[in-house]
Amino acid sequence: MANSEFRLGRIQPAPENFLTDEQIQSVKEGRRDFLRKAFLGASAAMMAPAVARAAGEGDPAILNLPSWTTSLGLPVATHPYGLPSKYERGLVRRESPGLTRVGGSSVSFTPLQGLFGIVTPSGLHFERHHQGWHDIDPSQHRLMINGMVKTNSVFTMDDLMRLPSVSRIHFIECGANTGMEWGNVAVPTVQYSHGMLSCSEFTGVPLKAILDMCGADYKKGRFILAEGADGSSMTRTIPMEMVESGEVLVAYGMNGEMLRPENGYPLRLVVPGVQGVSWVKWLRRIEVGDKPWGAKDEAVHYIDLMPDGQHRQYSSVQECKSVITTPSGGQILLDKGFYNVSGMAWSGRGKITRVDVSTDGGINWRQARLETPVLSKAVTRFNIDWVWDGKPAILQSRAVDDTGFVQPGYGQLRAARGTKSIYHNNAIQSWKVVESGEVSNVQVL
Amino acid sequence: MSRFSKTLMALMVAAAATSFVTPAAAFDRYQGVGRPATAAEVKAWDIDVRPDFVGLPTGKGTVDQGVELWETHCASCHGAFGESNEVFTPLVGGTTLDDIKTGHVKSLVTGSSPQRTTLMKVPTVATLFDYIQRAMPWTAPKSLKPDETYAILAYLLNLADVVPADYELSDQNIREVQERMPNRNGMTTDHGMWPGAPLAKGGLGNGGKPDTKNVACMKDCKKEVQIVSFLPDYAQDAHGNLAEQNRPVGQTRGKQTGEPSAAAGGGTQTAAAAALALAGEKGCMACHGVANKIVGPGYNEILAKYKGQADIETKLIAKLKAGGQGVWGAVPMPPQGHVKDEELKQLVQWILEGAKAQ
Repeated sequence: MANSEFRLGRIQPAPENFLTDEQIQSVKEGRRDFLRKAFLGASAAMMAPAVARAAGEGDPAILNLPSWTTSLGLPVATHPYGLPSKYERGLVRRESPGLTRVGGSSVSFTPLQGLFGIVTPSGLHFERHHQGWHDIDPSQHRLMINGMVKTNSVFTMDDLMRLPSVSRIHFIECGANTGMEWGNVAVPTVQYSHGMLSCSEFTGVPLKAILDMCGADYKKGRFILAEGADGSSMTRTIPMEMVESGEVLVAYGMNGEMLRPENGYPLRLVVPGVQGVSWVKWLRRIEVGDKPWGAKDEAVHYIDLMPDGQHRQYSSVQECKSVITTPSGGQILLDKGFYNVSGMAWSGRGKITRVDVSTDGGINWRQARLETPVLSKAVTRFNIDWVWDGKPAILQSRAVDDTGFVQPGYGQLRAARGTKSIYHNNAIQSWKVVESGEVSNVQVL
Repeated sequence: MSRFSKTLMALMVAAAATSFVTPAAAFDRYQGVGRPATAAEVKAWDIDVRPDFVGLPTGKGTVDQGVELWETHCASCHGAFGESNEVFTPLVGGTTLDDIKTGHVKSLVTGSSPQRTTLMKVPTVATLFDYIQRAMPWTAPKSLKPDETYAILAYLLNLADVVPADYELSDQNIREVQERMPNRNGMTTDHGMWPGAPLAKGGLGNGGKPDTKNVACMKDCKKEVQIVSFLPDYAQDAHGNLAEQNRPVGQTRGKQTGEPSAAAGGGTQTAAAAALALAGEKGCMACHGVANKIVGPGYNEILAKYKGQADIETKLIAKLKAGGQGVWGAVPMPPQGHVKDEELKQLVQWILEGAKAQ
């Protein structure tokens, strides 16, 4: 195209003239030899890149008018609740085979490799259930407040949805996200390595307002217990300081609609910056107390094993972390040339201030662009230009938050916590690119 | 458990009994929103037991009683001795009599236990009582009475040699048991990941001080890049065909790591595929394989045993509903009350048609 003759005011002639003789020849010869090998066995329609085949008369996708241009489309409300295109069906929540043995106590991962921006589509929000999920009748759901309060109280959904509401965008990340990778590479793609991460706009009532109504004893009651209405009635301890800051929400809305049942319909707790297990779903009760509760998910699970055999208990904050989502593991680059390296960064302590990207495994770094909005305790999208020369490369991203904390490498993280910690792995992720264009998951020092 | 004083509670109950009139001050700002809870309501839901035993119900149960309850309610998932690794990680194992003395589980340092069992980790016996009471058994949570919970817990603790075989656990002696928990000294809150006040100010932890200190170096940050781990060849297809887990347009494609699946080719789900999905969803597959025994018999074995018998569909549905024991061994199958009648029928028909995947 760069060499083509182009004169203003003149109708473009036959497509051959868009290309130089050299370019036409290269298309005829199939300059994507490496690609053909990589795609061997793949069905052509699904897998072959949509190269504008300009040889001959031109691109059949242009010359032969497609059916959607020459026929009547479907009427409104064909799908009263809209669905993604059928061509997007590969981008769904998936389990990691062998990770768990019971679907009711398991995880499904968000397909980060295909997402844009910062908001996770509600149907792709990752799932973690401790004893299965239910679709609860909201008219029968109750929230009880008890413990160190003047008045033990009950609220219906009608009550809660009458109160002044706020809407805020926050990330939620499971404490075990990237947990399979503590010791070594275990999974092929970013869906499984980082997909227990989602980011949504949540709507609800600050818990502080509700505790005020009940006359909470803020002097003595420095902890709250949140409890779910599901079979597991999962419980977690949360510091009163977070409630007092006004950021902990009793939420019923997610991305403009009610919460999805898998995410806690009709009510869940939102605890910004803290691991997902504390965002108790199907929230039925908040108790105010003067000591932490040592619940099963604070005394058996969600505890971080250190090399000296001690477990860190009540470790809750998700520290600063980032990952490149494309190009990422299990993907193939189509050709040499320009790429938009894109990823997500987040911190449980505040805003992302900077993300750097390396294409040589961490020897040299360049600062990426942060896309707006950049919000506290929310996913921030970053992008950076990259021209791939066809040679091996290792892509990494490294985030910094507004406390000045810099995301650690694997060497630093393991020096501090060993290799058996399971939870809170926020190490720099590496994606290796080889000459064929294949991208794979590696760990580097 | 509520710290609410008995006097105040009585006053509030009296107020609640007359009418749900909002007490002074508390609800002033948002009139008409919310109401006081009755004492019975709080009692029904406030079931938590704290590590300091606040909230512990009175009651007792022996190891022997626990054995029987365990067989009925627990063994199908956890194994007769809490050792099973089939459905959940083992509950028992990896602790020693020496650990009971020190309160530190040594195998957490040496790595000598292949699994980190529950008893290796849990520092507080109240946590076990609380969890069994609120969430067990798996398909019928909150159905155990306090005495049953004591008995089951007694058996579990006996399996780990925390209490002797003739022990009766009760609200009176559970504090003594706490002093024998193998990992009671195994927890630390000396870290920066508690999001509230630090220990020095009545909270936990060090006040948010991180334990790693990377710097944002930009140029010549290291001499060489050492790849220390990558996905081995045999694991390339363990997560299915990655080509089908990526978008068919854009700057990349997914790598082919297996044959294109029928599901990705579209089409409607067959009855067999729907039943298989249902069996997964309802937890059947945790104990029964399509062609192999897990805890219970494989579907192929069930078909072989009952094929051709009169009225077998009705009989099997009844069996699923009520649970059973003895036909396939000592481990009982618990009643499947969480599965609807029409779903039971769908599952039984599918089994009798050979439990096909498609």
